[in-house]
Amino acid sequence: MFSRAYKTAVTVPPLAWVAVFLLFPYALMFCYSFWSVTPAQTIVHSWNFNNYKELLQKSVYWQTLLRSMWIAARVMLFSLLLGYPLAYFLSFYAGKRKDLLYQMVIIPLWVSYLVRAYAWKTILGSDGVLNTLLQYVHLTSHPLDFLLYSPFAVALTLTHIYTPFTILPIYASLEHISRNLVEASHDLGATPAQTFWKVIFPLSIPGVVAGATFAFLLSLGDFLAPLLLGGPSGIMISNIVVSLFGAAYNWPLGAAISLGMLVIVVSLLFFSERLEKKWSFS
Amino acid sequence: MILADSQQRRTAPRANWLRLHASAVFAFLYLPIAVLILYSFNGQGVGGFPPHHLTLDWYRILFADGAIWDAVLNSLQVALAAMIISLALGIPAALALDRVQFPGKALFRRLVLLPLILPGIITGLSLLMLFNLTSVKLSLLTIALGHGTALISVAATEVFAGLQKLDRAQEEASLDLGANYWQTFWRVTVPNLKLPIIGAALLIFTLSMDEIAVSFFLIGRDNTLPLEIWGRLRRGITPEINAVSTIIFVFSLLTIVFWYRLRLRSQGTPDVGMELLDPSDGTSTQATKP
Repeated sequence: MFSRAYKTAVTVPPLAWVAVFLLFPYALMFCYSFWSVTPAQTIVHSWNFNNYKELLQKSVYWQTLLRSMWIAARVMLFSLLLGYPLAYFLSFYAGKRKDLLYQMVIIPLWVSYLVRAYAWKTILGSDGVLNTLLQYVHLTSHPLDFLLYSPFAVALTLTHIYTPFTILPIYASLEHISRNLVEASHDLGATPAQTFWKVIFPLSIPGVVAGATFAFLLSLGDFLAPLLLGGPSGIMISNIVVSLFGAAYNWPLGAAISLGMLVIVVSLLFFSERLEKKWSFS
Repeated sequence: MILADSQQRRTAPRANWLRLHASAVFAFLYLPIAVLILYSFNGQGVGGFPPHHLTLDWYRILFADGAIWDAVLNSLQVALAAMIISLALGIPAALALDRVQFPGKALFRRLVLLPLILPGIITGLSLLMLFNLTSVKLSLLTIALGHGTALISVAATEVFAGLQKLDRAQEEASLDLGANYWQTFWRVTVPNLKLPIIGAALLIFTLSMDEIAVSFFLIGRDNTLPLEIWGRLRRGITPEINAVSTIIFVFSLLTIVFWYRLRLRSQGTPDVGMELLDPSDGTSTQATKP
């Protein structure tokens, strides 16, 4: 039904744009990671593996990457623990208030990421809202200074930001579950707990996997929350990249780290897609 | 009936636990927003409990603050340009994914969607390298190109979902009756996709207004609003930031209300952005970022 000209007109412009502004820049990043920088801070296009060797040899990169993954894993776990029961409540128990409560999950997403991170800073700081509240009710006499500038503050803030992102896919997959299946399970004598673990939960796994993937990947590459709330002990891998592209001026090494992150992201996406497919019964 | 009753009795405590949990999660989600708004009226700065001397001074300072309003204007320009770029490429991309078979189609789809789930730093840096190589000076234009490219994903996903529900017979009829493809596109296809397109446009606009990770690397001399706020946060914090954030929050709420009024007129349309996060459509793992 569609002519050749129509097909060309809708296909070529987006393809060309994606090639120039996505594919080529990624390829460029790949090339950069094999180049090097002279002490006089010029980038030399001589191909070598030195950047990758340095990444493997210096433990600071490994430790920071592991810390980032650990923070991201905590964010993923907390978001699921907070998000799953809420999504389940929304889908099965909320009744008439379902729509309203659903909107209430979405609204925080419309508040700027930066502003919410900043709000946590004003809450957790040593003369922040929480500490002054604790002193006001005489629970403590000194401000608790471990709250802000720690990996904990980063994980808490990122959990706050990404919990709605885990709730929405879980809720969507719960909504797709046919209520007939749940009724059939009851009718055949299963207890509510059995119905949940044997029928509802397995069918919601694609949503759980999608939500977990969002929370993990979106937190893994974050560099603003650590800068704002992390302090020296909360530095994440992207912060190293930022400094390599800024003051430290070593674009090739920064490109090598970024490429490593890209590989991690794409392989995790691949695995989560496999997992979702495996668990979707439709 | 007896069975149903016993079912209900057994699920009642569970419903209560779930309700309690839901309230706690909502408290966690809304606490920072409440604190943010409350302290924008606090005469004594952003910390300190209880808040003292409620005042509108911070809003007065904000309205006299030229740098903030310049940044707002810059952000509006960037968001508008990003919206045009993403729609101009995302709509054809959705049509191509829906109707054309071409080699590398699966790769193309993944590539388009990738920037949504990829850390912003990678998108930002790879574009920085491109602009550096081609000696393009960094400015608001480079930020708009970055946002526009990253958000093609949103336009393509929303419009693609709309196309799946579209009845192709209408377009066929239009073509049979002698309209050319261009006329059919503007008079049949686009009007039928009005809602997904408006939804995508609103989402792109808001995401661009808020974006900071990509902008961080593509910034020239002029700041966008998030970068202006970022610069101030590093210098020390005042409730003026709370005030501007509160105003943006109110505008975002108005946008949501506007969207729902539109949506009410055509029941059954899923929420904007929902396609991005729904795992059942197979595109889910390449989803969105606030």
